[in-house]
Amino acid sequence: MKKTVIDVQNMSFSFGSLAVLEDVTFTIKEREMIGVVGPNGGGKTTLLRLLLGLLKPNSGSITILGVPPEKASHRIGYVPQQRLFDPLFPVSVLDVVMMGRVGKCWGGPFTKEDRELAAQALRDVDLYHKQQAAFADLSGGQRQRTLIARALASAAELLFFDEPTANVDSFAEQNIYNLLKKLNEKLTIIVVSHDVGFVSKYVSSVVCVNRLVHIHPTCEIEGKNIKDIYGADLAMVRHDHRCSEKGHTWVNF
Amino acid sequence: MGQFLRDLQTYSFLQYALIAGLLTSISCGIIGSYVTVRRITYIAGAIAHCTLGGMGAARFLQKEYAFPVTPLQGAVAAALLAACIIAMVKHYGSQREDTVLSAIYSIGMAIGIFFISRTSGYNDDLMSYLFGDILMVSQKDLLLIGALDLIVVGVVFIFYNKLISVCFDEEFARISGISVELFDLLLLLMIALTVVLLVQVVGIVMVVAMLTLPAAGAGLLVKRLWHMMFTAILLCLVCTTGGLAISYQFDFPAGATIIIMAGMVYFCAIAFKRLKKT
Repeated sequence: MKKTVIDVQNMSFSFGSLAVLEDVTFTIKEREMIGVVGPNGGGKTTLLRLLLGLLKPNSGSITILGVPPEKASHRIGYVPQQRLFDPLFPVSVLDVVMMGRVGKCWGGPFTKEDRELAAQALRDVDLYHKQQAAFADLSGGQRQRTLIARALASAAELLFFDEPTANVDSFAEQNIYNLLKKLNEKLTIIVVSHDVGFVSKYVSSVVCVNRLVHIHPTCEIEGKNIKDIYGADLAMVRHDHRCSEKGHTWVNF
Repeated sequence: MGQFLRDLQTYSFLQYALIAGLLTSISCGIIGSYVTVRRITYIAGAIAHCTLGGMGAARFLQKEYAFPVTPLQGAVAAALLAACIIAMVKHYGSQREDTVLSAIYSIGMAIGIFFISRTSGYNDDLMSYLFGDILMVSQKDLLLIGALDLIVVGVVFIFYNKLISVCFDEEFARISGISVELFDLLLLLMIALTVVLLVQVVGIVMVVAMLTLPAAGAGLLVKRLWHMMFTAILLCLVCTTGGLAISYQFDFPAGATIIIMAGMVYFCAIAFKRLKKT
């Protein structure tokens, strides 16, 4: 029996009088890979921030690894959107990855163990050879992998991703999802994305957020569900990354 | 230049000025780097102007009531108080940050001008507060400058990793369990102390230039924060020492000469980077 790592019960959250999330109930078990999808403004980011303990629910409860979110947040590896970073900030790849270790000590220089964990995290994302490079000089995909390594260096049990493929070309996108697949063998992963089609190829269940929250196994995602989530009639357009005008024949590269 | 070097051996005020410049360069390079990468020069500016209130009040008490306080100590108190208020407003207040900064900036100056006008004698203090007077640094001032320098260097040495983490990604730092509020306050307090040191050297009006120009120039040349700090310290040393020597030789105002040097250093760094690219 798999352990429950995230347990949300009847949780509601509002900004002032504006209800953002209403009566949300779902559970996530260990080593699942969950996609969080929904329209812009539907509350995806708010849900993520609630799970990280950065916001407090108005009612209901959130339990992460058996404790309230603010007590569990140091066990969560958070991978924010890479475009939020200041391109002029003078840090090397290794500096960024080492930041994953900063919460673990009171101050002073890093220990040998910190360095080893950071080196291992860099190997896991295949960026060990780039550790001295400036963060600003990396490509979008490499930056994203650096931020993943930072989360891994913190020895997290859960990984949260916010739009991991924003500002990343399709090759790097594939690369990142393959990496997630590999990490998922050991860790529970939650991926917030606007790209339902792409996410649903990889994740085991999808949490749909548009004020109300539904959780589906990926095989259930069809026109009807999508219509429920986005609240409008939508035609399904297949959005594979390798297609031609004549049809969706898979091409072997 | 010969005159400067000859007089340096004879006059203690010149030696004190040189030492003050050297000591100040150390914290200026370190804290200037933080101010530049965190993009908070406007906060440093508000703290700098606010110190006039502390200096004016201390000078008034010293002269009129023979209180044992010096303007430099008054500046320390005012700067630390301003840093605490700014940190509170940033993290807990509901007011607009720039409004509060403008208030601190102008109320601090107003209090300073008020006290200076009430102090008997010539008001030549005001000019030296605003535009700096490195040649007036006393031995006692040097001790305080040295102590403040030691605090800044010590704190940054111990908490370098936490501070860079908070500056680079506040949210991630918070999730990792770092008290962002605490380290932000710590950084603002260090900025306050550095501002006080710089007020002695270049004056209230030009503090911001000294904090940003050498650090920004250094930032163009290197790629890591601690490299930036060391480079900025070097550039600050060039500006303070060179500025002092040139100003003494040609009887220019020292603060202004140092700042013009800093401006030239910054433009040279930009030019160097451009040339390297092509």
